[in-house]
Amino acid sequence: MTAYCRIDHVDKTYKRGTTETCVLKEITLDIEKGEYVSIIGHSGCGKSTLLNIVAGLTPATNGGVILEGREVNDPGPDRAVVFQNHSLLPWLTVYDNVRLAVDKVCSATKSRAERHAWTVHNLDLVQMTHAKDKRPSEISGGMKQRVGLARALSMEPKVLLLDEPFGALDALTRAHLQDTVMGLHQKLGNTVMMITHDVDEAVLLSDRIIMMTNGPAAQIGEILPVPLARPRKRLELVADATFLKCRQRVLEFLYERHQFVEAA
Amino acid sequence: MNMPLAKSVISAGVRSAPPAPVAAKVLPLPVKQKAMNTRAYETLGNMAATVVPPVVMVLLLLTVWQVLCMRPGATLPPPSKIWTEAYDLIVDPFFVAGPQDIGLGWRVLVSLERVAIGYGLAAVFGIALGTLVGQSVWAMRGLDPIFQVLRTISPLAWLPISLAAFRDSQPSAIFVIFITSVWPIIINTAVGIRNIPQDYRNVAAVLRLNPLEFFWKIMIPSAAPYIFTGLRIGIGLSWLAIVAAEMLTGGVGIGFFIWDAWNSSRLPDIFIALAYIGIVGFILDRIVAGLASVVTRGTAAN
Ligand SMILES: Nc1ncnc2c1ncn2[C@@H]1O[C@H](COP(=O)(O)OP(=O)(O)OP(=O)(O)O)[C@@H](O)[C@H]1O
Ligand SMILES: [Mg+2]
Repeated sequence: MTAYCRIDHVDKTYKRGTTETCVLKEITLDIEKGEYVSIIGHSGCGKSTLLNIVAGLTPATNGGVILEGREVNDPGPDRAVVFQNHSLLPWLTVYDNVRLAVDKVCSATKSRAERHAWTVHNLDLVQMTHAKDKRPSEISGGMKQRVGLARALSMEPKVLLLDEPFGALDALTRAHLQDTVMGLHQKLGNTVMMITHDVDEAVLLSDRIIMMTNGPAAQIGEILPVPLARPRKRLELVADATFLKCRQRVLEFLYERHQFVEAA
Repeated sequence: MNMPLAKSVISAGVRSAPPAPVAAKVLPLPVKQKAMNTRAYETLGNMAATVVPPVVMVLLLLTVWQVLCMRPGATLPPPSKIWTEAYDLIVDPFFVAGPQDIGLGWRVLVSLERVAIGYGLAAVFGIALGTLVGQSVWAMRGLDPIFQVLRTISPLAWLPISLAAFRDSQPSAIFVIFITSVWPIIINTAVGIRNIPQDYRNVAAVLRLNPLEFFWKIMIPSAAPYIFTGLRIGIGLSWLAIVAAEMLTGGVGIGFFIWDAWNSSRLPDIFIALAYIGIVGFILDRIVAGLASVVTRGTAAN
């Protein structure tokens, strides 16, 4: 029995002229349905590259991605991405940004009124209905990420891909959004693959943490299951023994065994 | 506009700060009133600051001109003479006294019609070609130098060729407008398309937008600021070109009027025509600029 989503022996090499840089080497990973997986690693190790390969935005040099028994090669709404820098279209309002996705993805299955309702519903999920007529330049960074999340959720993806969705946010906003994402995962049961370089975030949100070695030719160094019951409460976990142990493991991996090398 | 937004952020972020709104309620009221008053004065002041200096300068220049050209033996007429001799042209732009004797307003409209056709074609064709060129690195590399060379050719240099090709003055004049204004539109559109951020392309890819949807929903809005830069340069060039072209091709346009006035030694009329051309050109530029700021208000803000 194959996994819901399988990343199968993926290599990625970038060629520039005659020099080849191997970014990813032999990445194999199975993700179960409804699972929340985080990928953590130092900057430049190839996390975004891996996510883009799953999204279909970057072709793998070798190997491939199998989703529900079928190989995926091109981008599509079944693997919706929340990008690191929100990537909202600045000339559209918040509502229209989500509506664009809804219109495109649900055009065959929903009527006009249903698409409107579905757009509003997804904005509701991320508590952004109040700003639906604003443009992206008029809302804060955290709000933009919420809208990006709403846009991705509205596509009802099989796998939701998050590329450091909270990377550019301040600590308070970040915590708030993490809670939102956690709540939505609980409620909707999405399969999520998230990139992060925040250890606490990885432990708090994930079922499993994939730790990547440093590039070039980054590999999966270790996979750590996080056996914490859901729903998880941020404040209760602060002193939780399992939480602290997981945190410890990840920190050890990142800062002792695979220290960040500046001249990569 | 921003108040409810700011408030909701505060209440969402900091839950334990009830006294803040109370303090905020008392203070800003008188402050705001004052600010409104000063703002009204400021607006008035700003308007005066933009209107008064040009008016003063124009009066000053007219005076200098008057003084310089009042001397006996001056080659050009002073403003006072222009006023008296070209009075009918100044006061009524839309008189019709015969097939060739019509007000300058009509003449400008005739010229504008040619510009509208030539420039309209240039806009459609330029945006379309620019989009194609901007899509491909090789098309850009191959065609850009050619466009850059063609761009520098004077409108009038195209006229003999287009007269030879069309054998009629009306389409020739329109072609000259077209060929003059199309280059900056192509070049700027292509640059705009090249500069579409990868992020937007990724969004389009994830949504599986088809090429037509991609064109209308991503390309055009994203490249709009560049396209409008091209359109604005283009309208200026068109207006320059039509006057020159009409001087040579004839008809009832404003360009031919100048040529005709020169041939019958009506110097004052020429000055009035120049004023018309300048003002109409200025208005055309403002219209395109205004359109640009309306259309690109979302894109430019980011
Ligand atoms: N188009 C490209 N051509 C050549 N090399 C590339 C290209 N894109 C990425 N790389 C290289 O691949 C490596 C991995 O990049 P990637 O963006 O995946 O890193 P990352 O782990 O996401 O880093 P960060 O945490 O900073 O986002 C980097 O060393 C980068 O220089
Ligand atoms: Mg990255």
